[in-house]
Amino acid sequence: MLIGAFQAKTKGYTVENLRVLFNHPYIDAYKTSIEISLVTAVIGGVVGLLVAYAAIREGTPRWIRSALTTFSGVAANFGGIPLAFAFIATLGPLGIVTVLFRNHGFDFTQHGFSLFTKTGVELAYMYFQLPLMILVIAPAIDGLRKEWREASSNLGASQLQFWRYVGLPVLMPSLLGAIILLFGNAFAAYATAYSLTSGTVNLVPILIGAYYSGNVLDNPHLAQAMAFGMFVVLAVMMLLYIPLQRRAARWAK
Amino acid sequence: MKPRRFIAPSAFLWLLLAAAYFLIPLIATFLFSLKSNQTGKCCTIHNYGWVVHNHGFWQSLKISSLLALETIVISLALFVPTIYWVHLKVPRLRPVIAFLALIPFVVPPIVMVVGLLRFFKGTPDWFYAKPWGFLAGAYVILAFPYMFFSLDAGFRSIDVHTLTEASQSLGAKWTTTLFKVILPNIRSAALAASFLTLAIVMGEFTIANLAAFNTFPIFIQYVNESQGFPAGALTLMSFGITWAAMLSLLVVGRKRGGGGAVIAGGR
Amino acid sequence: MPYLELQNLHRDFGTVKALDGIEIELGEGEFLSLLGPSGCGKTTALRLVAGFDRPDEGRIVVDGKDVTNIAPNKRDMGMVFQAYSLFPNMTARQNVEYGLKIRGGDKTDRRKRVADLLELVGLGHAVDRYPHQLSGGMQQRVALARALAIEPRVLLLDEPLSALDAKVRVQLREEIRRIQLELGITTLYVTHDQEEALSISDHVAVMYSGRIEQMGSPAEMYSAPATPFVAEFIGTMNRLEATVVDGSTGTVDHRGVTLTVNAARDRQRGDRVLVLVRPETVELAPGNGDGGPNTLVGEVITQTFLGPVTRLKIVGASADLIADVATAKAATLPVGTRVTATLPAEGARLLELTDEPLPAIPEEPGPAGR
Repeated sequence: MLIGAFQAKTKGYTVENLRVLFNHPYIDAYKTSIEISLVTAVIGGVVGLLVAYAAIREGTPRWIRSALTTFSGVAANFGGIPLAFAFIATLGPLGIVTVLFRNHGFDFTQHGFSLFTKTGVELAYMYFQLPLMILVIAPAIDGLRKEWREASSNLGASQLQFWRYVGLPVLMPSLLGAIILLFGNAFAAYATAYSLTSGTVNLVPILIGAYYSGNVLDNPHLAQAMAFGMFVVLAVMMLLYIPLQRRAARWAK
Repeated sequence: MKPRRFIAPSAFLWLLLAAAYFLIPLIATFLFSLKSNQTGKCCTIHNYGWVVHNHGFWQSLKISSLLALETIVISLALFVPTIYWVHLKVPRLRPVIAFLALIPFVVPPIVMVVGLLRFFKGTPDWFYAKPWGFLAGAYVILAFPYMFFSLDAGFRSIDVHTLTEASQSLGAKWTTTLFKVILPNIRSAALAASFLTLAIVMGEFTIANLAAFNTFPIFIQYVNESQGFPAGALTLMSFGITWAAMLSLLVVGRKRGGGGAVIAGGR
Repeated sequence: MPYLELQNLHRDFGTVKALDGIEIELGEGEFLSLLGPSGCGKTTALRLVAGFDRPDEGRIVVDGKDVTNIAPNKRDMGMVFQAYSLFPNMTARQNVEYGLKIRGGDKTDRRKRVADLLELVGLGHAVDRYPHQLSGGMQQRVALARALAIEPRVLLLDEPLSALDAKVRVQLREEIRRIQLELGITTLYVTHDQEEALSISDHVAVMYSGRIEQMGSPAEMYSAPATPFVAEFIGTMNRLEATVVDGSTGTVDHRGVTLTVNAARDRQRGDRVLVLVRPETVELAPGNGDGGPNTLVGEVITQTFLGPVTRLKIVGASADLIADVATAKAATLPVGTRVTATLPAEGARLLELTDEPLPAIPEEPGPAGR
């Protein structure tokens, strides 16, 4: 079945279609998609790490970790229309937070902020990127053996030195792997962006969707070529991901 | 470092920020859902009533639920024996399958729809045109990564070889071993996988939309475009349903101390 | 002037009181083992000394200075953990260098010291390997070198050999002792293996339920146990419950048989006591004997081959004993033989018997268990 998906794209593929991809608006779509994905992946990655660590480390009550994990399980699947609606309800022109700030004198819509731009999409994407990161990095944080921190402290190192020499290096493969996963996740997202912006923000999945909903159906092969382009980006991502996973597994012993 | 008896201040800060970020949109949705359709002001539960009395709501919910059930059953029937077999006989295939499992996760639904539409073109109408056929097939593929990672973790946590050999030495056939010995031991992983699948099916929009079926997420989008505030009520209810599924996951998972790997991806 | 002092340490975890008033004094350069079954509090005590936990009461004093409230990374102690403590992202060499790097100093000097230490622990050839490429024994050697690199005032070892193979354990424990003597470092060693403790320590402290049952030299602990628990825990011991018959002659009654135990002199008639007899001091002869002094009659019901010595279990009307005899002799006393066991009058120890139940010795876990 998976092979069928691939064949479908390559059948409709000629070099000419590929070349067209490098023009407006297609190349823009790719650029925007990549940018959004990168931003949400990195920020989501770093913040996710900090939040996950905050929940797992010693001193934090046990229930916080369980609550965070369950919530993340739901939130990571929370996309598309419901998510878009929730954000419009919060930060849209009539959103609760927007109105709140406006009533206190600060109207950020005047300052150029709008939910329906790239930044808005990024903000909304974080809602499922962050939980995904938390879920993926938690096992890696668990894998940081207590003995390492104790040995490091015993040998005279401060907390900061521990993280610099041992903690972060050991986490790095998992961290990078997770960020790559987040990238792929964001790149492929369609429903949220669509319902948020109704197609005004230029993203690759949306363009492809546009072709198939019948908006512009002159060249179906072009759509397939675009899909192929997406596939290439994602394949590169996978190629980076696998060796990182292997490295992380080795050190987890 | 001395053992902390209380939460670290930096940890507290990050958790607070996270909580704020996650909860505010939900609260906002809730407040919106209380607004009346006529006056645009607070506060009425009329919207919730509207949802509950709407025929389309129950219709689409039923379709999605049945679809989810079908997907879960087919997936389990397909993947449990397969993964069991791989763990038992050909462990070298495991990384290959793990790689394959990552593909549906990463390939955008858009692209998948394209491929699937072409692939299933030749199939008879009863399969192609009904959600039970085409869409279920698509969802089984979509659920494959989650199924695999959960079940795989479950199989890794039990000693497959020893259990199987013990069962066989006591005279059991393959089917008996599978049902009486293996299945009960991976119960929590299988349940975790099932609930994840449920969440996916209940939230999947793209494929259903492009293939023009009337599932629950499609209904939500329709409401969103036509009505304003009731959509808020609907949103919260869909969140609630998914969350209830997840809580059940946790309860079940606790029996085995953790269940399977939990990955997710909603677009 | 003791170098390391543990003064009245208490630690309560709510559900269990891990330490109940521990007092230890250790001179500079001395080696003390904390010995006891799982859960006795020995690791808790060690972690308090290291600084990974704070006592509820009590003080820890090193070289005259109170370190109880000093953070673990400032205590200048080196610790070797049971397992998994090497940093996985660093080679053996880098692991050992870690403590030195933190303290700064000349790079060449550091490198030299690391090389010397790795030579000292016998790993000169494996310096650039990663932990996952080293065997368990080698990992612990690196851990030792790493702890010694910072020239600690006190060396702490938390069951460092428990996770290793039997032969490696014996080898490594002797090396640890050799290195410790060579460097003259004050050492605190935690273990549940009494053979280990007895063979390499200057002093042994047997712990049970958060208290020190007895502390002394290995020889003292073996030949003169002060409590029933210590008697049972160290080596194998015959425990015979008896009542004093006549304090002036030192006779006691054990299940109807009169035994002479020199240690029973000065006891009151009627005192309930526990006679402790080491299996290797029991003499066996075939036959029913002639009712000579200090004899118990019974039948050999099991033989356990232990190498140079064979352990025989003798059971009879009034006898329930273990005797260790030379293997050659054991061959003449197969299972089923009636034998006479003679207990030495001298050399048996006597302990008070109270109404408290005798402490049970829990099953020791296997090599890899804790």
